Amino acid sequence: MELSQLTIHELQKKIRNGSATAVQITESVFSRIDAVEERVHAYIRLLKEQAFASAQKADEDIKRGDIKLLTGIPVALKDIVCTKGILTTCGSHILHNFVPPYNATVVEKLKDAGAIFVGKANMDEFAMGSSTETSYFGPTFNPWDLERIPGGSSGGSAAAVAADECIASIGSDTGGSIRQPAALCGIVGLKPTYGRVSRFGLIAFASSLDQIGPFTKDVEDCAIMMNVLAGYDPRESTSVPENVPDYTQFAGRDIKGWKIGIPKEYFIDGIDAEVNNALKTAMQVIEQSGGQCVDISLPHTQYCVATYYIIAPAEASSNLARYDGVKYGFRAADVRELLEMYKTTRMQGFGAEVKRRIMIGTYALSAGYYDAYYKKASQVRSLIKRDFDEAFKICDVILTPTTPTPAFKIGEKTDDPLQMYLSDVFTISTNLAGIPGISVPCGFTSGGLPIGVQFLAGHFEEGKLIQVASAYEKNAKIEKRRPKL
Amino acid sequence: MKISPQEVDYVAHLARLEITEGEKEKFTSQLNDILLYIDKLNELETQGVEPMSHAIAVTNAFREDRILDSIGTENSLANAPDRRGEFFRVPKVID
Repeated sequence: MELSQLTIHELQKKIRNGSATAVQITESVFSRIDAVEERVHAYIRLLKEQAFASAQKADEDIKRGDIKLLTGIPVALKDIVCTKGILTTCGSHILHNFVPPYNATVVEKLKDAGAIFVGKANMDEFAMGSSTETSYFGPTFNPWDLERIPGGSSGGSAAAVAADECIASIGSDTGGSIRQPAALCGIVGLKPTYGRVSRFGLIAFASSLDQIGPFTKDVEDCAIMMNVLAGYDPRESTSVPENVPDYTQFAGRDIKGWKIGIPKEYFIDGIDAEVNNALKTAMQVIEQSGGQCVDISLPHTQYCVATYYIIAPAEASSNLARYDGVKYGFRAADVRELLEMYKTTRMQGFGAEVKRRIMIGTYALSAGYYDAYYKKASQVRSLIKRDFDEAFKICDVILTPTTPTPAFKIGEKTDDPLQMYLSDVFTISTNLAGIPGISVPCGFTSGGLPIGVQFLAGHFEEGKLIQVASAYEKNAKIEKRRPKL
Repeated sequence: MKISPQEVDYVAHLARLEITEGEKEKFTSQLNDILLYIDKLNELETQGVEPMSHAIAVTNAFREDRILDSIGTENSLANAPDRRGEFFRVPKVID
């Protein structure tokens, strides 16, 4: 087995017992990148030189016995987190030349934990998309089938882990952008509780929904990454000063006596038959693991997509007003007056999906429509959150499919934005309610495409998610496959 | 029609977006589809329901009024598309 194929916890052992060095691990990852990146296009930018410099320094630390959680572990960063002195584009032409003067808090935390940064991963422009097709830098291809999308918006981060082009990665999730690509690429992805991980230095899309989280090859690695990422940040006023447990303690514990809620609204017509079967099997595994599946109802589920597509674009239209060609990023050439400069810069700098969302958001917030759209959606959001509050009175965690179908074909939904939006139907509610969610591999279609199962828990109960996901992973014994690239 | 081509023009102006005739046509039809879908929310009675603006209970976050390091003028201007001295340079606003 190549070092690039191993997990964080496997590599930690090798580093400690001296059977692998950080430079060897980094070499293994970059030789894999040399072999497959041209076909996968997981990255916007590789940081090879810097990665080897970090690896050499890591090996010196290791020799001194100074080994931290991620010492010598190659990690990819979604190109939405600011990296000091390194181009950060958010997948957009309007930021194609933006060099942040500071690091995002998660970048500092990963660095302090000893991580080696492999590169900046591809993504839908401003994280708006479910397929990574809206990136200004071209699409990412699903390592399991290069004619299909990897999911989005964090498609590059997910594909990089699935293709062994890094050991773990960072994504962001506003309506499913970690869990959906994790499911479609056959890996583990966790969206933490809103406020659990600092958003400082995360380029804003929808500030009341955005959250940073990890992609990993298994659940134990997810717990390790959460130990690094979680915690209060005085620079981020919505980060929460709650105690952070050691998440690795939850991996390997059983779920005897747990009630697992099965919401009937998530098992509807329109779910792919093979996805449905995989989920039924997952429920059996949960029962065999000592959990009890109980029927629950989340009655406002059918309103989640409509609610989201008011709230997220409204916040986006406000957040993206800052891209005006004045202080950073792209500015249109040959403009003579200020209003023309704003309009032309934004016309040339943003792609179609970003413009569409800015338009929806601006319309929803404009005079005469605010009550009918934004206020209405914010009220329905309260009802959606109440559904979860009620559900968690009778169950410990909730089990759902992560996505209604496996990965779709490139180009299949690009001309029909509404169909694209509906692919997030099972992940959006989590962000609206602010609760954490995890997607774990639960099998393959007959055509060899990965399927994911999603677990949801109450606010700040990531520990429960790690516990149920790890019990499931252990007992499901999903066949270990690697994409044939 | 939920939104007319004239309204699309007006919203684009509010959003400071120049759009082409082709985009106007496409956006009008796509925004209509999306807004029609969103009309679903009107099936729900929401009178008296408190609007939710944040996922978790957040109160004002205050910190001590202490001066911390900042990134400084040069770093702030380093990404400027156009600058003069210590200023961002833009086209003339008034004649």
